[in-house]
Amino acid sequence: MSSTQEAALRLQGIVKTFPGVRALDGVDFEVMPGEVHALLGENGAGKSTLMKVLAGMYQPDEGQIIIAGQPVRMTTPIEAKAQGVVLIHQELSLVPEMSAAENIYLGELPVKSFGRVDWKTLEERSNAILKRLKCSFRAEMTVARLSIANQQMVEIARALTVEARVVIFDEPTASLTDAEKVVLFDIINDLKARGVGIIYISHRMDEIFTLSDRITVLRDGAYRGTLITADTTEDDVTRLMIGRSLDLSRDEEPPSFGKTMLEVRNLTCPGLFEDVSFTVRTGEVVGFYGLVGAGRTEIAETLFGLRKAASGEILVDGEAVDIVSPRAAIAMGISLVPENRKEQGLVLQMNCRDNMTLPQIQDLTAGPFVSHGAELAIFDQYRDRLAIKTPSWRQSAGVLSGGNQQKIVIGKWLSMQPRVLIVDEPTRGIDVGSKSEIHQLLRELAAQGYAVIVISSEMPEVLRVSDRIVAMYHGRIMREFEIADVTEDTLVQAISGIKSEKTP
Amino acid sequence: MTRLKAGGPAIAKQGILVAFIVFMIVFSLMSDRFLSADNMMSVFRQSAIIGVMALGVTIVVIGGNLDLSVGSMLSFATVLVVDLHDKIGPELAIPVMVLATLCLGAVNGFLIGVLRLNSLIVTLGMLSVIQGLVLIYSGGQNVDIADQRGTWFAIFGRGAVFGIATPIIIFGALALLFHVIMSMTAFGRRVYAVGGNPTASVFSGIPRSQVVFTTYLISALCVAIAAIILGSRVMGSQNTVGQGYELQVLAAVILGGTSLLGGAGSILKTVLGVLMLAFIQNGLILMGQPYYTQWLVTWVVIIVAVWLDVAAKRGRLFSPIA
Repeated sequence: MSSTQEAALRLQGIVKTFPGVRALDGVDFEVMPGEVHALLGENGAGKSTLMKVLAGMYQPDEGQIIIAGQPVRMTTPIEAKAQGVVLIHQELSLVPEMSAAENIYLGELPVKSFGRVDWKTLEERSNAILKRLKCSFRAEMTVARLSIANQQMVEIARALTVEARVVIFDEPTASLTDAEKVVLFDIINDLKARGVGIIYISHRMDEIFTLSDRITVLRDGAYRGTLITADTTEDDVTRLMIGRSLDLSRDEEPPSFGKTMLEVRNLTCPGLFEDVSFTVRTGEVVGFYGLVGAGRTEIAETLFGLRKAASGEILVDGEAVDIVSPRAAIAMGISLVPENRKEQGLVLQMNCRDNMTLPQIQDLTAGPFVSHGAELAIFDQYRDRLAIKTPSWRQSAGVLSGGNQQKIVIGKWLSMQPRVLIVDEPTRGIDVGSKSEIHQLLRELAAQGYAVIVISSEMPEVLRVSDRIVAMYHGRIMREFEIADVTEDTLVQAISGIKSEKTP
Repeated sequence: MTRLKAGGPAIAKQGILVAFIVFMIVFSLMSDRFLSADNMMSVFRQSAIIGVMALGVTIVVIGGNLDLSVGSMLSFATVLVVDLHDKIGPELAIPVMVLATLCLGAVNGFLIGVLRLNSLIVTLGMLSVIQGLVLIYSGGQNVDIADQRGTWFAIFGRGAVFGIATPIIIFGALALLFHVIMSMTAFGRRVYAVGGNPTASVFSGIPRSQVVFTTYLISALCVAIAAIILGSRVMGSQNTVGQGYELQVLAAVILGGTSLLGGAGSILKTVLGVLMLAFIQNGLILMGQPYYTQWLVTWVVIIVAVWLDVAAKRGRLFSPIA
């Protein structure tokens, strides 16, 4: 890390803007050969954008990328790979029906005469890479039959087919078990020993402190500083990361909660969640926090009639109900803003207005016909209330930005005047600006007396919007926190399945 | 027809309309009779059967599915109504045939809507199954109506009101009715939603199975109506009269620009597709081309039209992705 050594990769003053948002605002960053440099920031802080710039998927508007002393321009991921910069995706991008070997060399399969695939070479090379990664499976295996962790290994193996100068790991441990993590860390240390520069993106402090040499923090698209890991503490990093906004919270009045609107008693769905009990009052946001797969979405789907619970009771406004279908849920005043807006929330080729009125279209009729006036009235009302930016109601929902799409979905369910509003991952994949608007909105809804459930995998988000937080682990509620009593540590413990003395 | 252009400003986006106009100009230059009122009326009349069936299939396709069984369903319905005409009289034969045909539609609807089986496979299977049923029913004999002049049944295929042939009136009225249903009612909106994104539709409380089921009932109803026109015009029926109709119907729907992926399409544009198909066939015959050239020309036109349509959407003629 001495200044005399040439950085494996250096970014200078990178600026990237998208319509309406400055995603990267003059970011400086460098990684030395043989260094693990962690990149930290809240979701939406600009990490993913920065990585896409590095991997040749985005072109920066301003600034320079310098690799081994040479300024470069990378316009495609293939060019980036040729420069020795490889990105290991957070989301797997494998072809499940093909073998591991085919996936590793996808697009550059070794060939013999007449364009026939040279299977022998392919498998030898692939198995050699897998062996280097200490993988226990053979390259001939079909990817679909591998565990998620092993699929991730294939993704990593793919990065190692070239002589990598810089390897970027984007949240690599999100779906790994502890044992698998150890293997991954060995691989990273091995790469490091060979002089490869590693950029490591993660939310998990413990991993970052175990692995990294330096830590760079981004916030709201801007560079906030670089710390030497050995000389720093988690507090320093957190302060840099969250900044003034740690108590982003509430300049609002202390909330006043009304009656219990939703009560769930001992709800069980074997294999998904067990013995789940909680209540939501009017005027209250209850945050459900946990890892992916902890059973939160499944509970929401059960409340919305998409799944059937094996046992347990659901009471809406004090009345025991049997929710057999989404229609039944809607009739009882339950609304669900689903986790995946493109697949579950919107009909993308349909226009904004029609998307918004879809759940109540049969009630907006005048005689046999849908009333355009009634539809437009609803659309206009929620477009204004949620500040949805679209040139016209005729615009198909698919062309809007993620934030505006999400607002359409929220508008769609708010316009149903729900008694209980469930919002699953309210801000996944949307820009910083819309994100904070949506957080604000959720707080306002509570103030207006809605009973709101927010499911989120982002700690800052649950901390910001919730009045109470339910921490889940492996389908069970581990602990419930009042927002005033929660600390990051206790929350992390609860969702990692670590029992604390307070757990019953 | 200019009203149909409301969907998009660029002429390139209206590939079908452009092709239609080009064909009309070419044919009118090559044949004096092509644009004559007589010829126009006869083309309209002949297109009514394919047209009525295409209306139903358009709704099925907008809902995200296919219906290839309409051809043999037409054989079934026509043989049945013609055969029953002399046995129980037209006033009973028509409702019995309509009910029986709706039952076939219900089978499609149940398998595809409720059991969620692939519509290509189910309706391809039903294509054969129904043809088999027809042959079992008729024992391989063709059927006809004995008293062809004395029956009021003749009005549907051979009659006219104010000088306009009944098949044209039926086709026109149904086209208008279905256009209104698809563009102005809650049911229409739900069909578009289910075809566009079935998952999001379920998440919006739309009874997806019920919607899909209904689209197949509508398709069967359209076939039954087409069978009345056909049986009335011919006053008899071969066992395999509808063979190949499914492809002509599909051709018209595709020419009309309805997306086979579901969620997009228009009844009025299907009418345009039906007319275009009919004019191509008529024009080629007037030019003295043999019957089978129409297949070559029709499908070349369809493929080019689809290409232009896709190219307009992605802004270029070739693209490695999407």
